Amino acid sequence: MGDIVKQPGRLRSAPENFLSEEQVKAVGSGRRDFLRKSFLAAGAALAAPMAARAASAGDINILENPAWTTSLGLPVATNPYGMPSKYESQLLRRESPGLARVGGASVSFAPLQGLFGIITPSGLHFERHHQGWHDIDPSRHRLMVNGSDDSLLKKAKVYTLDELMRLPSVSRIHFIECGANTGLEWGNVAVPTVQYTHGMLSCSEFTGVPLKVLLEDCGVDYKKARYVLAEGADGSSMTRTIPMEMVESGEVFVAYGQNGEMLRPENGYPLRLVVPGVQGVSWVKWLRRIEVGDKPYATKDEAVHYIDLLPSGLHRQYSSIQEAKSVITTPSGGQTLLDKGFYNVSGLAWSGRGRIKQVDVSFDGGINWQTARLEGPIQNKALTRFNTNWVWDGSPAILQSRAMDETGFVQPTYGQLRKVRGTKSIYHNNAIQSWKVIESGEVSNVQVL
Amino acid sequence: MFRFSKPLFVFALFFGSTVAIAFENYQGVGRPATPAEVRAWDIDVRPDFKGLPKGSGNVERGNELFEEKCASCHGTFGESNEVFTPLAGGTTRDDIKTGNVKGLSSGELPQRTTFTKVATISTVFDYIQRAMPWTAPKSLKPDEVYAILAYLLNLQEIVAGDFVLSDKNIAEVQKLLPNRNGMTTDHGMWPGAPARRGGIGNGGKPDTANKACMKNCKPEVLIGSTLPDYARTAHGELADQNRSFGPVRGTRTLGPEAAKKAADAGTLDLATKSGCMACHGMKSKIVGPGYSEVIARYKDQTDAESRLIAKVKAGGQGVWGSIPMPPNGHLKDEDIKTLVQWILSGSK
Ligand code: HEC
Ligand code: HEC
Repeated sequence: MGDIVKQPGRLRSAPENFLSEEQVKAVGSGRRDFLRKSFLAAGAALAAPMAARAASAGDINILENPAWTTSLGLPVATNPYGMPSKYESQLLRRESPGLARVGGASVSFAPLQGLFGIITPSGLHFERHHQGWHDIDPSRHRLMVNGSDDSLLKKAKVYTLDELMRLPSVSRIHFIECGANTGLEWGNVAVPTVQYTHGMLSCSEFTGVPLKVLLEDCGVDYKKARYVLAEGADGSSMTRTIPMEMVESGEVFVAYGQNGEMLRPENGYPLRLVVPGVQGVSWVKWLRRIEVGDKPYATKDEAVHYIDLLPSGLHRQYSSIQEAKSVITTPSGGQTLLDKGFYNVSGLAWSGRGRIKQVDVSFDGGINWQTARLEGPIQNKALTRFNTNWVWDGSPAILQSRAMDETGFVQPTYGQLRKVRGTKSIYHNNAIQSWKVIESGEVSNVQVL
Repeated sequence: MFRFSKPLFVFALFFGSTVAIAFENYQGVGRPATPAEVRAWDIDVRPDFKGLPKGSGNVERGNELFEEKCASCHGTFGESNEVFTPLAGGTTRDDIKTGNVKGLSSGELPQRTTFTKVATISTVFDYIQRAMPWTAPKSLKPDEVYAILAYLLNLQEIVAGDFVLSDKNIAEVQKLLPNRNGMTTDHGMWPGAPARRGGIGNGGKPDTANKACMKNCKPEVLIGSTLPDYARTAHGELADQNRSFGPVRGTRTLGPEAAKKAADAGTLDLATKSGCMACHGMKSKIVGPGYSEVIARYKDQTDAESRLIAKVKAGGQGVWGSIPMPPNGHLKDEDIKTLVQWILSGSK
């Protein structure tokens, strides 16, 4: 890293690695126009310090009022549905090349590296579709509740959204994580950034009707009906088995709201199931049917996929809970620290078994740990934001975070996890993530055993 | 008055909260489902074959149907890796005897095909009936599902070439699946009642037991794996996936060709959003021809661009086979032009 000019407004030149090797050569040979162009391309944020350096009296951004301070701004409702600033175009959902062969049966990852707090903006919520997505006409959407057998339910019923939205509702903040999140990394490091290692993770406030209310409205016989099958209205008509104990506890609900508005189409508009703490595939999107039954269903996504291969050759079936896990999001893989000095190290922790109790952070690859601050309120089966102070002295470091949940369970190391589950499981990788920082400030993905 | 208020209050509170949780009569909400409605949607088939429709189909008919409706994506022998992992292959006669696919533990399997994993044939019946063919789900009649399944079972050498699969014998076939003994539910990740109380699993007991050690927790740091060079650049320009301000910057990972690549990625995005990628691969055929096949065919034709723009817009069939491409009139003309130019210029 270049040396730092100690002046207000961080007056320092752009790090060299913002230019390609050839551009650097071009600059060296005196072609300054090229430099100017590449700075324009790199954005105002880089150009500004350069300009600032020229003005010795201080920062030009302070000495000369910018246009936004000296002119009239835009009127209300210019954007009837507000959009992020034009400077925020980099944080997008992205696919991992080579992961899936067709876009309709694929994943897009949430850009965790740039998100704050615990709520995922609805437009950046991760996506996983098995047969593409549709924007369903809510006036034509129906939810049916029936029994695998007439004796399990007094009457099968059909509900419209008009009716569901009249029922008593709950609003709760929960995380949703795909069972295959971090699945690319079971055997070795495979992807560069936290977006691709952990981005099948999102957290929203969902609003809807406890499933229990609907089942009781249909006269469910809880003695016999111990399982629920949830089914979607898309082409795949995704089906998953859910235990009745979770429904009876009141925590499973049929959601229509997400972060204050209706669900987004990619996330199941107009109706999806919320199954707190359980992997995302069970949160059936475009929910059209609930069947109560006396046996589990062994559907395709619980008999061919979402089964965890063990070294013995056996697969674990009906593995559903997302165990305690955490990851540092800033700084993280694919980022470069600007210089030495103070940093707020920030990350996310969550557990499918309840609340997060403690998160510890290590800067030396797990030899010593310090306890991070948890941002409250700490909620059940929701993301929890943690922060801790760090002064980087410019030497190599390995950053890790380790979550503990209210059951006392502590997030495992790669070594511990592989010892019991091998490296071919695909699903439920909750190992401690490590980010290596080198002298240049570049952060990269490594695995510590 | 005062003397009675306390017990009354307690009673009211108790009664009140009960009403809030289980209100008995949500009057005016929902209506009974008709039997025809339940039949229309309740198509699931369980491992005990509850829900299985009556019917039958033989291997030969299944072969025809598979060729017509499935092979374009899954390959004639269910072997294709083009759109999804292969359906068939990877098991041995011995596996059929033991009910455990040996390749799963020996690590010899290059790919875990459907039949190397599945322990319940009901699963495959249910899934084909509800979701396949991928672009026309729920279009198969029960007899067709039986026939296709018979063909797949024959490919897997579980049944003979003259086999007729039906609702009568499917339970017997389930007992021959090569990985029928391959599942375990002895784990702590089922959120319901444990096996000892009639449910599934061990009641939530985790299989790892890390400790929250704070100081001098180990003598040294063992690095198991680092990011390979190809993986550093395989996800595009990381500098453009982070803000241009804040405590960190995205690391610049690509060289000078970055701009061209980014433009290509933008068009790939457009192609994906426009639905083209569901039917076309970069190289090979999915439903329609692969883009490199298109280039090969039109490389010497000067009017190719305008002709293809018209074709994509209007749809049509006959150039590559009998399957038609649906019209794409809903797309902007300029987008269709961008897409066709991108395809002809060696899309990436
Ligand atoms: C247009 C391409 C396409 C066609 C045609 C198609 N499939 Fe598929 N098939 C897919 C995709 C993509 C998946 C994976 C879906 C997912 O991710 O859930 C799949 C999954 C499957 C699976 C589950 C495999 C597993 O291991 O999970 C089976 C079985 C299957 N298809 C059978 C069929 C049959 C039978 C037909 C013909 C009737 C058919 N498919 C036609 C694309 C296709
Ligand atoms: C539902 C499947 C499907 C979709 C979606 C689809 N195509 Fe096609 N496409 C086909 C088929 C099938 C053919 C072969 C038609 C024929 O044989 O004449 C084809 C042919 C083509 C050809 C070659 C035409 C020729 O006459 O040689 C081009 C170019 C093409 N498609 C581009 C696109 C683009 C661009 C899109 C997205 C806007 C798209 N396709 C969407 C199925 C599809």
